Parts: sequence; C-alpha cells; structure tokens
Amino acid sequence: MRPERWRALTALGLALTAGLVALAVSLTLTGYDAASALSALWLGGFGTSEGLLSATLPRAVPLILIGLGLGVAFRGGALNIGAEGQFYAGAGVATWIGLSLGGWPRPVAVALVLLGGAGAGLLYGLVPVWLRLRFGVLEVISTLLLNFVAEGVISYLVQGPLMEPRHIYPQSALLPLAARLPLWTGTRLHLGMALALTLAVGIWVFERRTRPGFMLYAAGVNPSAAWIMGRIDTRKVFALALLASAGLAGLAGGAEISGSTYALFQNLSPGYGFTGIAVALLARLHPLGIVASGLLFAGLEAGAGAMQRDAGVPAVIVSVVEAAIILTVLLGDAASRRRLSPATGI
Amino acid sequence: METEITAFMASAVRVATPLLLAALGETVAERGGVINLGIEGAMLAGALGAAIGASAGGPWAGVAAAVVAGLVVGALFALVAVVAGAEQIIAGTATTLGCIGLTGVIYRHHYGPGGVGLTLPTFPATAIPGFSALPILGPLFRQSILTYAAFLLAPALWWLLWRTRWGLRLRAAGEAGLQARTRGVPVRRVRTEGVLLGAALAGLAGASLVLGQVGTFAERMTAGRGFIAIAIVALGGWNPLRVLPAALFFGAALALQYVLQAAVPAVPYQVVLILPYLLTLLVLTTAAGRAKAPADLGRRAASVEGD
Repeated sequence: MRPERWRALTALGLALTAGLVALAVSLTLTGYDAASALSALWLGGFGTSEGLLSATLPRAVPLILIGLGLGVAFRGGALNIGAEGQFYAGAGVATWIGLSLGGWPRPVAVALVLLGGAGAGLLYGLVPVWLRLRFGVLEVISTLLLNFVAEGVISYLVQGPLMEPRHIYPQSALLPLAARLPLWTGTRLHLGMALALTLAVGIWVFERRTRPGFMLYAAGVNPSAAWIMGRIDTRKVFALALLASAGLAGLAGGAEISGSTYALFQNLSPGYGFTGIAVALLARLHPLGIVASGLLFAGLEAGAGAMQRDAGVPAVIVSVVEAAIILTVLLGDAASRRRLSPATGI
Repeated sequence: METEITAFMASAVRVATPLLLAALGETVAERGGVINLGIEGAMLAGALGAAIGASAGGPWAGVAAAVVAGLVVGALFALVAVVAGAEQIIAGTATTLGCIGLTGVIYRHHYGPGGVGLTLPTFPATAIPGFSALPILGPLFRQSILTYAAFLLAPALWWLLWRTRWGLRLRAAGEAGLQARTRGVPVRRVRTEGVLLGAALAGLAGASLVLGQVGTFAERMTAGRGFIAIAIVALGGWNPLRVLPAALFFGAALALQYVLQAAVPAVPYQVVLILPYLLTLLVLTTAAGRAKAPADLGRRAASVEGD
C-alpha cells in the first residue's frame, strides 16, 4: 500500500476512535450505561435491516449528494457553506413542480421534479458566484447569508402559496403518487440512493480520468501554479465547482421531497448542509469515500434516534461524536502536513 | 401609537444586545484574520453556563460562568484553527456542532430529561436617572445592565483595535499576515488572543440572551444568532462603531416580525426577516463595503504565517 494511503487510513481510524471515545466518555460522565446505549446505537443504525434500510439509507441520500457536491466545491477552491440554502431552494421548487404533475406518467414527473430541484439549487448558487466574480464578495459570507434568505422564503411558502389546502398545518400538500420516487417494497429506501451512487461513480471517473477533472484538481491544489503552468482559468473552475455543488444540494432537496417526506415544511433539513461538510472532509473529498462517510453519519444519526428511544440517551449526543471526528481529522491533517515538509510548511 | 413605538424600540434594543455582543467579539476575531463559525457554539455554551451559574450563585455568577464557557470553546477552536492551522470554516462548523451536542447533554443531565420550567434569577432593568423619564425614548434607558455594557463596549473595542499596540498587531495579522510576521509580529499568538477575546464576548452574549432577555435556557436556544452576528460584522464593515448600528438594525428587524404579524397580517412577516440579509449582501457589493474586509480573512494560518 502506498504510504500516503496508509497515512490516510491511520488518520481515519484515529478519527473514528476519537468519536467513539468521545461518545463513551460523555455517556459515562453523564451517568448513562455506555454498553446498552452503544448497543442501541448500533442496532438502530446498522445492526437491523429495519434500521439500515428504513432509517440509515434514506438519511444517507441527501448527505451523500450534498457531500459529493461539497467535495467538488472544496477541490475547486470554493468554500460553499450555503448547501443548506441550496437544498431548500431545490426542495421548494421540486415541491411546486411535483404538486402540479398529478396526471403525468411517473418517470417523466419524477425526472421533472428532480431536475427542477437541481436547477433551482444551481440558480441559487449563481448568486454567490456572481457576487464573488463581479464584486469580490467572499463566498463564505454570501452563502452563509443566503441560507437565512432561503429559510425565510420556505417559511413564507409553507404558510402562504404552498400551504396545504385545509390551511391548518404550516406545510405543503402531499405530492401526488406520480411525482414520488419508487420505494423498495417494505422499506423507506427510495431510488434516490441509486442516483446518489451513480453520481458518486460518475464524479470519481470525472476527477480521475478527464481533463476538466484534472484541471479542477490542479486549481484546488495550487491556483497560481495551475494558472502559470497550465493556463487553467481558476475563476472558471471556482464558478463551475460552486455551481456543481449548488446543483447537487438542490438535487438533494428534490430527492428528499420526492423520496422521503413528500411534503415541504420548515426544518425539512436537520442541518444536512452542515453535516455534508463533515461528510466531504472525512472522506478527504474522495467521491467513493463520501458514499462511505455519508452512510456513517446517516447511521450515527439514525442510531442516535434509536438510542434515545431505547436507552433514554439524548440523541443530540451524536453531535459530540461528529465534532470529535471532524476536529481529529483536522488536527491529524495539520500534524501530517508538518511532517511532510517542516521547513516550508507545505 | 406612541406607546407601541416605544415598546417596539425597547424590545429592539433588548433583542439586539446578544447580537451586538457576539458581533463585537466576532469583529475582533475577524480583524485578526480568523473567521470563527464556532461563535454560535460559544454563545450557546455561554447561555448554558449563564443558566447553571445563575441558578447556583445569582446573575453575576452566571455572567462569570458564561465568559468561562465561551473561553473554553474559543480555546478549542483556536487550537484547531490557529495553532494547528486547519481550515477555519470547517473547524468552526465542527466546534458549533460539538457545542450543540454537549450543551444538550449537560443540560439534560443537570436539569433532568424534561428540563422545563427553568426560571432563573435575571438582571432587572436599571433606569438611568433623568434619561429614563424622557418621553418616547425613556424605555431605551430602562434596560438590563448587560445592554449598557454592550453599548459601551463598542467604542472601547474601537479604541483597543485602532489606538493600542495590540490592536495594531492584531489588524496587521489580519490584513497581511506574512508581512506582519516578517516585521516580528507573533501572528499565531495575536490571532489566538483575538479569537479568545471574541469567544469570551460570545459567551457574554449567551449570558445576555439568558439573563437579560429570555430568563430561561432551552436546547439550541441561540438558533443561529452566532451566524447572524457574522452577517452583522460584514454589514458593520468590521468596525465596532458601525457594528453597533448594524446590530440594532438586525435587532429591530427581528423585533418587527412580531409587531408585523399582529398588526399587518397581509404582509408576510418573513419579508422583514430576509431584508437585513439582502441589505448586507447589497452593502458588500459596493466598493466601500468590500474594501473594509480584512485582506487575510479566512486565509489558512499556515499560508500567512509560514511554519
């Protein structure tokens, strides 16, 4: 095995251990029975077919899609922290399209809903791209602000134009059957997972085997060298990378509406846009790794629900685990960078 | 009508106080070139610290505990983002995530699984003699002590940033880290100090939310106020004196939504919620709004500091 791959796996193992230790320590300190809590977590997330197929895998779909996009964005040097808002843009437009396609053939209706979601996310991503390239506004700040704008608009939609017909609950009507992604019978796993896996392989091939994929990689590693040595237009790479990630976050929103909830409401996302950052980082932006880390985080969150139900441990404890994993990865990266070239800091 | 306007202004100031404290803290951190998304977590930790401290030893103990909690969170973030030189945005997101988890677990452990009905000793409104008797404006001078502190902090921090040696070094680290380092500024150290001061203020912001505004603690009660503070810093052009009116503006928008919901149901109240963010984006597109951002903001520590 190549040394850098070995080092990456060591870092991964270290991060997962840190997460587990953080969990065990906080469980013990707060007086819960660590063994029964961990067993509930495992059974709820991965250990039973019910937990795996109906809780973990459906949750993994938006995380993988958003993570894949953020992987591309971060590679291309775009710090997109607005996936949450782009997810909502996609979910809002997908709902609106889906509700008006009742009589349509199912494959066409579903395709239109998903494309609508991706298109809406992409358009929403155009705003920070334009602000950055035209006015020099940092995308970190603009995407953060646009999250609030999107959430405000969704809040208006579900209490206004898209409110369900009886006007009691602040949510949209349920999508007609034609606009819903097919389920695997007897579970809550929907076809969006196949879409996510296909895209992961597609992006992997794109990054490894194509010229634009290499340009993306080069621009992310060293923008000035990419320009001087290869005449790679890093502004274009930045724009396309951010747009791709926004489109994928919008697609995630559409798939969530069409495959999981069938309705739009406030707090549709339990922070997918932010967890997606962790998903991409833990996988070191590798598309296939993002599938694995998306499954891991989805399983953790699904298992946390089971842990609260069966062992009385607050589900929110899983955030501590996620934070411990991310911070360990960051610290490990910083440490190994120093080992590579202590003199130059590279 | 007059009483409605007065009540609205007073509530706007009350709502703006935690935002102002957090935004002032973030201004200091960002002036040093560090964008700290962990401020949301520091604020939440401060809120819980304030609750636990206040129920044990009164409001001032709450303030002290909140500042300590903010500092602990700030130290964790600074360790990863400044000392180790990791990506600031990701480190900040993770810090906030960890705080959401830890505060939730500690809160339930401390107050039981329900944890409802927690009533804390809060700061009473302190009237400023003379001013508080003014017509219309009077209620603005009957606020909690933390509100006055926040308003006085704005000029104090301006003085610290622009009139002291430490402030000069911090701004140099944020503006041109590499040059500052060649001139002998210990960039890592002043950045860490900026982050710590900012996080302490974020903790204080959490205290003002609990002890000056709400009077209780709830899980995830900061609800994005730390991120709003980051928007306020941008609207205020990274200058404490301008951050003050920017925070009041955001506070007024938040307070206005309730007035609008009751008084003019035809206008969707979300409009006033969205407006401040759109205005901030607009201000950033102007040359003046953009030029004020510290040049090395968010720049990986390793790339500006060398190693």
